Amino acid sequence: MADSAPTDILEMRGITKTFPGVKALQDVNLTVRRGEIHAICGENGAGKSTLMKVLSGVYPFGSYEGDIVLDGETAQFGTINDSEARGVVIIHQELALVPYLSIAENIFLGNERRRTGGAIDWNKTNAEASALLARVGLSESPTTPISALGVGKQQLVEIAKAISKDVRLLILDEPTAALNDNDSEHLLGLLRQFKEQGITSIMISHKLAEIAEIADRTTIIRDGRSIETFDMATAGESSEAVQNRIIRGMVGRDLDNRYPDRESHPGEEVLRVEDWTVYHPTQPGRVVVENASLNVRAGEVVGIAGLMGAGRTELAMSLFGRSYGRDISGKAYLHGKEIDVHSVPAAIRSGIAYVSEDRKQYGLNLIEDIRRNISAAGLGKLAKNGFVDENEELKVAEEYRASMNIRTPNVLTEVGKLSGGNQQKVVLSKWLYTAPEVLILDEPTRGIDVGAKYEIYTIINELVAAGKAVLVISSELPELLGICDRIYTLAFGRITGEVDVPSATQEGLMALMTQETQETKA
Amino acid sequence: MTGIANIRDLLTRNIRTSGIYIAFVLIIVLFSVLTNGLLLSSRNLTSLVLQFSYILILAIGMVIIIIGGHIDLSVGSVVALTGAIAAVVVVRNGMPWWVGVLAALGTGLLVGAWQGFWVAYVGIPAFIVTLAGMLLFRGLTLQVLNNVSLSPFPSEYTSIATGFFNGLLGGYGYDTFTLVIFAIGVLGFAYNAWRTRRARIAYNQTVEAPALFVLKIVVIAAVVMWFAWNLATYRGLPAVLIILAVLVMAYTLVTKHSVFGRHVYAIGGNLAAAQLSGVRVKRVNFWMFVNMGFLASVAGIVFSARSSAAQPGAGNMFELDAIAACFIGGAAVTGGIGTVTGAMVGGLIMAVMSNGMSLMGVDQSTQQIVKGVVLLLAVAFDVWNKKRAAATR
Repeated sequence: MADSAPTDILEMRGITKTFPGVKALQDVNLTVRRGEIHAICGENGAGKSTLMKVLSGVYPFGSYEGDIVLDGETAQFGTINDSEARGVVIIHQELALVPYLSIAENIFLGNERRRTGGAIDWNKTNAEASALLARVGLSESPTTPISALGVGKQQLVEIAKAISKDVRLLILDEPTAALNDNDSEHLLGLLRQFKEQGITSIMISHKLAEIAEIADRTTIIRDGRSIETFDMATAGESSEAVQNRIIRGMVGRDLDNRYPDRESHPGEEVLRVEDWTVYHPTQPGRVVVENASLNVRAGEVVGIAGLMGAGRTELAMSLFGRSYGRDISGKAYLHGKEIDVHSVPAAIRSGIAYVSEDRKQYGLNLIEDIRRNISAAGLGKLAKNGFVDENEELKVAEEYRASMNIRTPNVLTEVGKLSGGNQQKVVLSKWLYTAPEVLILDEPTRGIDVGAKYEIYTIINELVAAGKAVLVISSELPELLGICDRIYTLAFGRITGEVDVPSATQEGLMALMTQETQETKA
Repeated sequence: MTGIANIRDLLTRNIRTSGIYIAFVLIIVLFSVLTNGLLLSSRNLTSLVLQFSYILILAIGMVIIIIGGHIDLSVGSVVALTGAIAAVVVVRNGMPWWVGVLAALGTGLLVGAWQGFWVAYVGIPAFIVTLAGMLLFRGLTLQVLNNVSLSPFPSEYTSIATGFFNGLLGGYGYDTFTLVIFAIGVLGFAYNAWRTRRARIAYNQTVEAPALFVLKIVVIAAVVMWFAWNLATYRGLPAVLIILAVLVMAYTLVTKHSVFGRHVYAIGGNLAAAQLSGVRVKRVNFWMFVNMGFLASVAGIVFSARSSAAQPGAGNMFELDAIAACFIGGAAVTGGIGTVTGAMVGGLIMAVMSNGMSLMGVDQSTQQIVKGVVLLLAVAFDVWNKKRAAATR
């Protein structure tokens, strides 16, 4: 390293990024030293990915406030190409490879090796690809199609693609989330190798053991703010101690009065699920949920805590009429009787309602009005001889508008024009109208403001007061602790714990949520 | 809260739907002037109805397919095939006319079930299935007809498309029956509009100002009765107009008020959300295509009856006219939006343009160019409108 080069390769100063209605990042500072492996930790939705998108130019200069200083110079990236030209390469969580093209074609996609005249030089392409593959430890032929590779090897191809661009700062967003232990180990080894070659890495990961093992320094992001950066060497004696240090940082927020009070009187068991196992829909043999068993009682709010990729949504959706996954096995009981959930209509008939995580994509018909969105799942109740009683429909919609406090001039308003909180109330209304016994709420307060969150919590309280059973999936531990009676923790497709809320702590939950399988612990 | 919307609000809020009516009126005015009033003569209005009825019938089925997020390229070939089957039954084998009608309808339903099976249960995009169907059913038509036209149909059959109700209630130089039927229709429409309005007020929804509401009804009634007068003073009420009117009313009811209709809109609007709301997507898709096959066979019967023959090349390019009618009528390319009424107005815009240009002696090539540009502009308007809506979100 030349003396003139500053020790910090990257400095992000006072980064603030606002989306309509939400401050995703607020005055975030991040300093990365040359040649280190820098981990970024935080809960889902804390702003880690947003920060990396700002850094790589996905959100262009001008759409955020603050400065990015790269090698001592202020950088203003307009596109992802600008950042790549400066050696900053990001590998996203969802792999961005074209399955039908070969490894070599994918590596040089958009950056093709050409002869004079413009035609692609295939010899050069394949030869260079082979060399890159060797660097990441792959022995496959560069002409192999991507679809023939497993996820682990695909991840390595992504990395080969990154180093083909003369990368100096490599950003990895959850690189090992989809990998098995061997592949993860290989990938971490590769990062160490790169470090020796002078490549700096930023790594986002939920696998704290990995971070404890490989990172030099860690920055904690919480609620869109950078909380602290610490040296891993001084963070703790053992790997456990380091992990606990990270967890403390990630959850260390005060629990103030953001949750309405509720007296808990759980009654009879309503829903029981036994040995629920789900396989990935397109990757044969990959288990997404493994032998999950849980129960929910009447008048009880039960939480499911788990990090990204733990299988929370997959569990809920597979339970709701096999909307996700394949080769689903296990049994579901309602009031002690086994129920049929083989299709969505069957699940609805059985008394299950599922409020999806992404309401715009899975919950609402945005070009339709409030009235017809509310009636969409319970249309059978409004129909006589195949025709809808529209006066009754209007009445129902009006009733929910009033009782749920959906703020809109009238129920003929297009749902796409409502705010996130009001949209969520429309989805809730839709499912309440089906008169379910069990409501599964997947991230019920994602992307809505604090006031609307409080209203949603109040609605949940009213539901359980009326004797319904509610299952809540959330990434926000304080939220789960604030509204639930009991919490199951899910890690890597398995239920790793069941905790009564009065005795639960965020640290305890986080430890269970990051608990890997016994084999890797050894 | 109760609200009274003014004209400007209504127009801007419903620009997608009101734009089409304004365009329709402008086009009629334009071509009346260009043809020195010939366009609106009794004789021409009657022939306009006869000439474009089968496109309008196809457009009813097509708009449902398009709302559901699909497309059907095969309807022209299905029109030819169903007409050919009717001709084989009636003309070649000398069976009664109604057996021919039933055979054609049955064929249409089978064709629809075939295409619906591939789209809904095998999951092949409708574009491919119906492109294959376009070739398949055209080929079958040629085989059934041995490559030659079959004619003539008996007069009972041809009267489906060319018959008129005239003189049933007498009249002096005009047909009272026609006027009475139309008057009943207008009164029914007015009553229904009033009932809807009353229900809306009862449920505290926004309605137009009373004066505007009355004006709207009076204008529509006047236009319809003027049209009836023109029919009545020429040859009376065309049978095919009754078929068309019944279909339009029935399908407006189905699309707007039935569970099936709701599910079609839900699938086109957000497939994933529909699925997660318990809509049986496969079943709905299947019946959409069965229905399209049925309506294509009705169009096939009307078309063969009108030309009193089954021709190997019948119905060529009808699919494109029907699709164009839907898009001009405000259906969204991405699905989820569209109405039967809109498709009818879209079809009539095409009809008035073709007819008007023919009356002016404009040659076919220019007509095609004009129709192409109009279709492009109509969809461009839709896209622009959507961007505008997204920007205000």
